[in-house]
Amino acid sequence: MTKSALVIGGGIAGIQASLDMADRDIHVYLVERDATIGGVMCRLDKTFPTNDCSACILSPKMADCNGHPNVDVLSYSEVIKVEGKAGDFKVTVRKKPRYVKMDECTGCGICIEKCPVKKIPDEYEYGLTNRRAIYIPHAQAVPRVAVIDPVHCRKIINDKCGLCEKACGKGAINYADKEEIVTLEVGSIICATGFNGWDAKLSTEYGYGRFANVVTALEFERMMCASGPSGGHIVCPSDESDPKRIAFIQCCGSRSSKKGSKKYCSSVCCMYATKQAIITKEHADVDEDIFFMDIRSYGKEFESYIRRAEDQYKIKMHRSSRVACIEEDANTKKLTVSYTDAKGDPQAGEYDLVVLSIGLNPPDGAEEFAKILGIELNEYGFCATKVSDPLSTSREGIFVTGAFAAPKDIPTSVAEASGAAGKAGAYIVGKDFVPCAPKVFPPEKETIGKEPRVGVWVCSCGINIGGVVDVDKVTEYAKSLPNVVYTSKSMYACAQDCLEEISREIKEQDLNRVVVAACTPRTHEPLFRNACREGGLNQYLFNMANIRDQCSWIHTQEPEKATIKSKDLLRMTVAKSLLLEPLQGSKIPVTGVAAVIGGGIAGMSTALDIAAQGFPVHLVERSERLGGSFSKYIGVNYSVDGVNLGEFVSDLIKKVESNKMITVHKNAKVKDIPGYVGNFKLQLDTKEYPVGVVVLAVGASEYKPTEYNYGKDGKVMTLTEAEIAAGSGKFTGKDIAFMQCIGSRNEKTNYCSRTCCANALTNAIAIKEADPNANISLFHKDVRTYGFREELYNKAASLGVRFLRYDPGSEPVYDGSSMKAYDTVLGADVEVPVDRVILSCGITPDREEKEELAKMLKVPISKDGFYFEAHQKLRPVDFATEGVFVVGLAHWPKFMDESIAQAAGAAARALTIVSKQELTSEGITASVYDDYCDGCGICMGCCDYNAIEIVSDGAGGLKSHVNPGLCKGCGCCVAACPVSAMEQKGFKNVQIQAEIDACLDMKGGA
Amino acid sequence: MADFEPKIIAFCCNWCSYAGADGAGVARLQMPTNFRIIRTMCSARVDPEHVLRSLAKGADGVIVLGCHPADCHYIGGNYRARRRIALLKMVLDQYGFDPKRLKLEWVSASEGEKFQITITSFVNDIKALGPTPLKEVE
Repeated sequence: MTKSALVIGGGIAGIQASLDMADRDIHVYLVERDATIGGVMCRLDKTFPTNDCSACILSPKMADCNGHPNVDVLSYSEVIKVEGKAGDFKVTVRKKPRYVKMDECTGCGICIEKCPVKKIPDEYEYGLTNRRAIYIPHAQAVPRVAVIDPVHCRKIINDKCGLCEKACGKGAINYADKEEIVTLEVGSIICATGFNGWDAKLSTEYGYGRFANVVTALEFERMMCASGPSGGHIVCPSDESDPKRIAFIQCCGSRSSKKGSKKYCSSVCCMYATKQAIITKEHADVDEDIFFMDIRSYGKEFESYIRRAEDQYKIKMHRSSRVACIEEDANTKKLTVSYTDAKGDPQAGEYDLVVLSIGLNPPDGAEEFAKILGIELNEYGFCATKVSDPLSTSREGIFVTGAFAAPKDIPTSVAEASGAAGKAGAYIVGKDFVPCAPKVFPPEKETIGKEPRVGVWVCSCGINIGGVVDVDKVTEYAKSLPNVVYTSKSMYACAQDCLEEISREIKEQDLNRVVVAACTPRTHEPLFRNACREGGLNQYLFNMANIRDQCSWIHTQEPEKATIKSKDLLRMTVAKSLLLEPLQGSKIPVTGVAAVIGGGIAGMSTALDIAAQGFPVHLVERSERLGGSFSKYIGVNYSVDGVNLGEFVSDLIKKVESNKMITVHKNAKVKDIPGYVGNFKLQLDTKEYPVGVVVLAVGASEYKPTEYNYGKDGKVMTLTEAEIAAGSGKFTGKDIAFMQCIGSRNEKTNYCSRTCCANALTNAIAIKEADPNANISLFHKDVRTYGFREELYNKAASLGVRFLRYDPGSEPVYDGSSMKAYDTVLGADVEVPVDRVILSCGITPDREEKEELAKMLKVPISKDGFYFEAHQKLRPVDFATEGVFVVGLAHWPKFMDESIAQAAGAAARALTIVSKQELTSEGITASVYDDYCDGCGICMGCCDYNAIEIVSDGAGGLKSHVNPGLCKGCGCCVAACPVSAMEQKGFKNVQIQAEIDACLDMKGGA
Repeated sequence: MADFEPKIIAFCCNWCSYAGADGAGVARLQMPTNFRIIRTMCSARVDPEHVLRSLAKGADGVIVLGCHPADCHYIGGNYRARRRIALLKMVLDQYGFDPKRLKLEWVSASEGEKFQITITSFVNDIKALGPTPLKEVE
């Protein structure tokens, strides 16, 4: 029997994990507590640092997940019991009653309009607005099905009302709905339950809940969002006036030992607050101040984002400022923020609106959830994990991803989600694994060369369309259109009876085109396409006219004009349909072998994760030994977070070298890697190996310092040298200075190397613990111990490590025996005697080596010199070039546990390809008319996916060639071609022209 | 001119602006009926020829809607659309055709309201310009 996997939590992490497993033909149950999937991300307005619209990038994934044949989404459900063991879990799930039949509800929302219970705080909008007793969580909800809140529904409470039942044309309301208990048999489980925002009422000094104009960052996110309660217009809640001055207060509920607060750093707030300030500034003329202790912009492109906020947007950064309290003027509702400035002097400022950057807490009910699953939590209440195995929980077969393991940002959650999917998949794809069988449809009828016979269905959608548009007239009009041989009016075209009618009439009427005038193809095209396939018609011969979302709903007051418009839209759709052609995605064979370039921790972990699932790996290392930058710890007794690095890396090398699936190529240089997804050729010095995917794990190096007389003064050493000296028992020094940001965050290198603060503090603590009399000073610009690593900061401070902050530009001066600096916190010059100077060197990208491989694989490099992934938020380990992945320090500086988690992610993404016999490409790809093409190459230049090559036409000339395996079907090259030699299938020039012509046939404007 | 009802073709990309138009519908935002949407996968699929054909066939205005800069589903298609439309507007101008009849705007999937505002103001702009000089003689 085919075993399934279970994913708990339908936020971005859970969605990604589900999709990665489903794409490997593993059946997945996705259990979500809320009525819709999407989690916190679907409530966000924009995402940093690209300011991508959150809904734009997440909605397609939500729809993919819900529509995936291998995923069963159990929304509004909770796991209540887990029995059994890894490979063989029995999970009990409670499906809460929705009181609305999932299969019948069309999400039209008419019931909601009729519901008389109006004043219920809308949870999705964090109570900023109200909802009714029957509601759809939000506009992009998936599944888009209404749900009744039984606590407020009058019919359910005391059998009065029943208006929604009367309003629903589909009979979808079921007041007698009962909770349902189901048992799932699964091989492995992924916990992706996310986080909860900190409850700002726990600290009374902020006045949250008392002062109208103090809001949390999550509330502010909804206020910013175009689909939010104020339509994206930011107003003061007290009187809906436009705020002129806004304060953002960082570390609310984080980095504090006060009661109700958390000691750790929530990792994402500095960035999200800066994003909110930037976006607000783009929309309104406001003064904005951010109050923070350290600004923690340690991620990819974060540092330049912060600089932009300061320099370009003139957002005022109040450094080292902890806000003491907020007071409200009872009359004006204006807020006075009292704070201590960087020099320690008390200050106050008046603001119209204050946004609290609330931290990330463990999800609600984490303790009970952990008990049900039998997994351990850490001291902070998040899921406990190990640095050497960051995706595993304490119970075998149960994995964790996303913010449930620690506060983290979206890309890290997504990379980990893929990783957890890979690990969880390993418990399912054993010897007796039966992949989910693809659905089998009847053979497709021959349509080429035949006169089009069009069937038209016009949907009333209850009264959603029919209440505005005269559907009878539109149906009648359809009969007059060319080649239309069958018309039908339907109450709900998406209902099962109509879908069956479509399949049946394709056969009975010998239809070879199907047109449905109804809602939007974005949600319903897959459904109708399937109905066509059931009837033996190629799915690309289906076309849809959007007469609901883009007509009846937006022209409610103008029924006559809306009817004319519906006719026009139908005419355009039929005109295009006559020219549609049957399409098939091309089949691309796949070589089930992976190449991993780079034999460091990230590369070895990736290789092991791929090999563990039975696929051969070529691991290419340019040096004579594996281990990468960690190989220097071999034979040294040096530990971080309880892991002896030397032993860990030796052990990893042993595992790799003894793994029969992994071929290690040492001292090997990659000459070239021609090919494309599924079919690359890895060319090494002497031999060529066919591979299906390529993972770039080429790492980065420690910056080689010239600062502070390094190399000439024996007292000065790098942090790594200090670690190795300490691990060999040779470290000496009594008056020690740690110098942060060496080779980072300066004129030449303006990014943060992410790991140096925590690494320096780990060493400082070790030195201090071994010798309490040691005098340690740490010179820094900010201390960036994000997440649980904040504990290092607290511990170091409590052990007496001195923190001295200097401003960029006034770096400390070393004279051979003392370090002089201006300490901005003390507001005074300080001089510290030193007999040991430790340079916390940053990470440099080794741009030259990366560029060589980048040229071979046609992948981009960011301005900082690291590889640039396909999408910073949602495709963190993929390149835009399909079949090529990036992992580890080649992507960005990161800690060992982060590299290992990312490696698991890259391995899982690679497995979605190498585990397949063949890939099916998009049907709507570009193609070339060889007769017209003169090989000018304009198309190649504008293809962002490197899908186009200019090749010999065999007769001395050149021509363009589109690789359907790489083409994504955007059609950019088609519009660029100067001689009309390119076409996009499904969006051909003649097809679009037919739509244009049919549109302008309209008699008089509508 | 009071009863002039312009005909406008709106090219919308599948991922952002078409979704934004749907979003306007979901939020029941009302707007003039004068436009017809043609869906393409990306704003970069809109060939200048499609625009010229629309205008030649009697459209009073053409609006191309795409994803916001940096939001393109296909990496950078909207940047190419931006260049092409800018160039096309220059060409229209050189031929004595008012380039204001062609417009490019960004509408994201969550910006139903921006879709409404953009369409409404474009319809008003075209009404102010009057019928296209290319109106076919009937």
